[in-house]
Amino acid sequence: MRPKKGDFKKVKKEKNYYFISGGILVTVVTVFMLVGLFYTPYDSEAMDLSLKFAPFTLAHPFGCDQFGRDVFSRVLKGSGTTFLVAAGTLIIGGGLGTLLGLFTGYFGGWPDEVLMRFNDLVVAFPNILLALIFISILGPGKYNVILALGIVFIPSFARLVRSEVIVHRDMDYVKSVRLMGGSHLRILFVHILPNIKGTLFSALAIGFNNAVLSEAGMSYLGIGVQPPDASIGRMMSEAQAYIFAAPGSVLFPGLVMILMVLGFGLLSDGCSV
Amino acid sequence: MKYLIKKFCTLIITLFFISLLSFLAFQVIPGDAALSKLGTGATEQKREKLRREMGLDRPVLEQYGIWLKNFGQGNMGESYTYSLPVSEMIREKMPANLAITAMSFLMMLAVSIPLGLLAGRYAGRIPDRILTVCNQFVMAVPGFFMGILITCVFGLALHWFTPGGYVSYQESWSGFFGYLIFPSIAIALPKCAMGVKLLRSSVIGELGQDYVRTAYSRGNSQAQVLLSHVLKNSLLPILTFWALAIADIVASSVILEQVFTIPGLGTLLVQSISNRDYPVVQAIIVLIAGLVVTINFLVDLLYGIIDPRIELRG
Repeated sequence: MRPKKGDFKKVKKEKNYYFISGGILVTVVTVFMLVGLFYTPYDSEAMDLSLKFAPFTLAHPFGCDQFGRDVFSRVLKGSGTTFLVAAGTLIIGGGLGTLLGLFTGYFGGWPDEVLMRFNDLVVAFPNILLALIFISILGPGKYNVILALGIVFIPSFARLVRSEVIVHRDMDYVKSVRLMGGSHLRILFVHILPNIKGTLFSALAIGFNNAVLSEAGMSYLGIGVQPPDASIGRMMSEAQAYIFAAPGSVLFPGLVMILMVLGFGLLSDGCSV
Repeated sequence: MKYLIKKFCTLIITLFFISLLSFLAFQVIPGDAALSKLGTGATEQKREKLRREMGLDRPVLEQYGIWLKNFGQGNMGESYTYSLPVSEMIREKMPANLAITAMSFLMMLAVSIPLGLLAGRYAGRIPDRILTVCNQFVMAVPGFFMGILITCVFGLALHWFTPGGYVSYQESWSGFFGYLIFPSIAIALPKCAMGVKLLRSSVIGELGQDYVRTAYSRGNSQAQVLLSHVLKNSLLPILTFWALAIADIVASSVILEQVFTIPGLGTLLVQSISNRDYPVVQAIIVLIAGLVVTINFLVDLLYGIIDPRIELRG
């Protein structure tokens, strides 16, 4: 029997709901953070004691804190800083880690061995603790946090990419390219890298979350991002004592973080499906 | 036996490098320990004398040897800021962290094993769906925010405990655990969610195995199959996660201490970092890293006991 015209349409690709819902959440939060980098409705540090603990109004949608600062502006600004730190961390940690993993996984040999032993060593330290060591050496501040977290994130990316590259290294398609005379660099960046992008994106999404959580944790402890830079973590530690008077300045930064972590978590699950 | 010896050697080497790295890391910092101890008012001769007393004029590796030897004997040096022996300061702060870590870990086990089994057994059905959604949300809440929420709900609204009213174990054991149970919950919750997620997929994988069908065909009840066959095999891949979770729990306790104003290792660490009190920072870091490495070693051993095949391969 000849198939009818409509028959083929029924076989639809199943929708990846994790990816879609994660993508939407991430887009919303990222736009919010990017806006915060460049624009806030009020000056995030402007104090106005007449507005102390002001309730939620149209002019101040998240209310005002103990110094009469607009919480909405502060959350925007803090999210912007957080985004900057997380993105910087990923560029350093993810970028260098991926490069290291690609080369050591592909070429093997003693650099691979050394890297793996070093990796075992670093894994012994919890992320945030390692970052704290670097901070205690470098001193606190936005850029030092980026540097510290970036360095701390390198090994995990290197290890992940390495294990993927080892799988692909001996596959037939790589052998074919080699026979056709493709250089090692071409094999690595044009052929292997695109094939491991699913795993890599998934790891980057999780890495972004970890970077945000670590930064917030460090700033909460008071040894991360320093004034005058606003930070979600520091906002929460400052506002914690006034949680009933100005609930907004604790709840909204927390909410932004939850939405973001949720979004990237879903996105990561969607990538690895 | 070969497996055990190999793992043990790795443990010793890792511990050695941890101590070496932590020592060297604080050597590269610009600044003079004698200066920070005496303050800028001291004369040059006084500083020179102290430097010699502290052994700072010797080669770095020799200093490391002395430091390691003292550390092994429980002498961790003296705090710059408080001029107290570091070991004493740490011993005083440590119980709170140990209690939090132990309680969170036990809570994680107690919650994630039954729920993970449940979710895996009813995969794709209502209990599983509810758990999966809850998991996604719980995992998204940062530990310290969870801590703030718990303080707010149980402390300020329900008055189950007094925020900031930490009781030392020397005063009352029940008060000590009663207060620390709340930070432990805050730390354990995200770990529970993660544990349930992992155990669920592990259980689903095991349920499809041939031995499960065999076990049923021999007339075992569902509970028997799940508890005595499936659970044991599904826990194997989770062990590594548990070992990593302990490291994470220790790190989270450093932050959660601040939320609940507990004078523990974390508070000491943060203060020492701000004061550039390096002997204290060094000692705490070596201790925590040593603890984590030792736990990983024990988990490796446990693997060997639970799964005898590993011995053959190792």
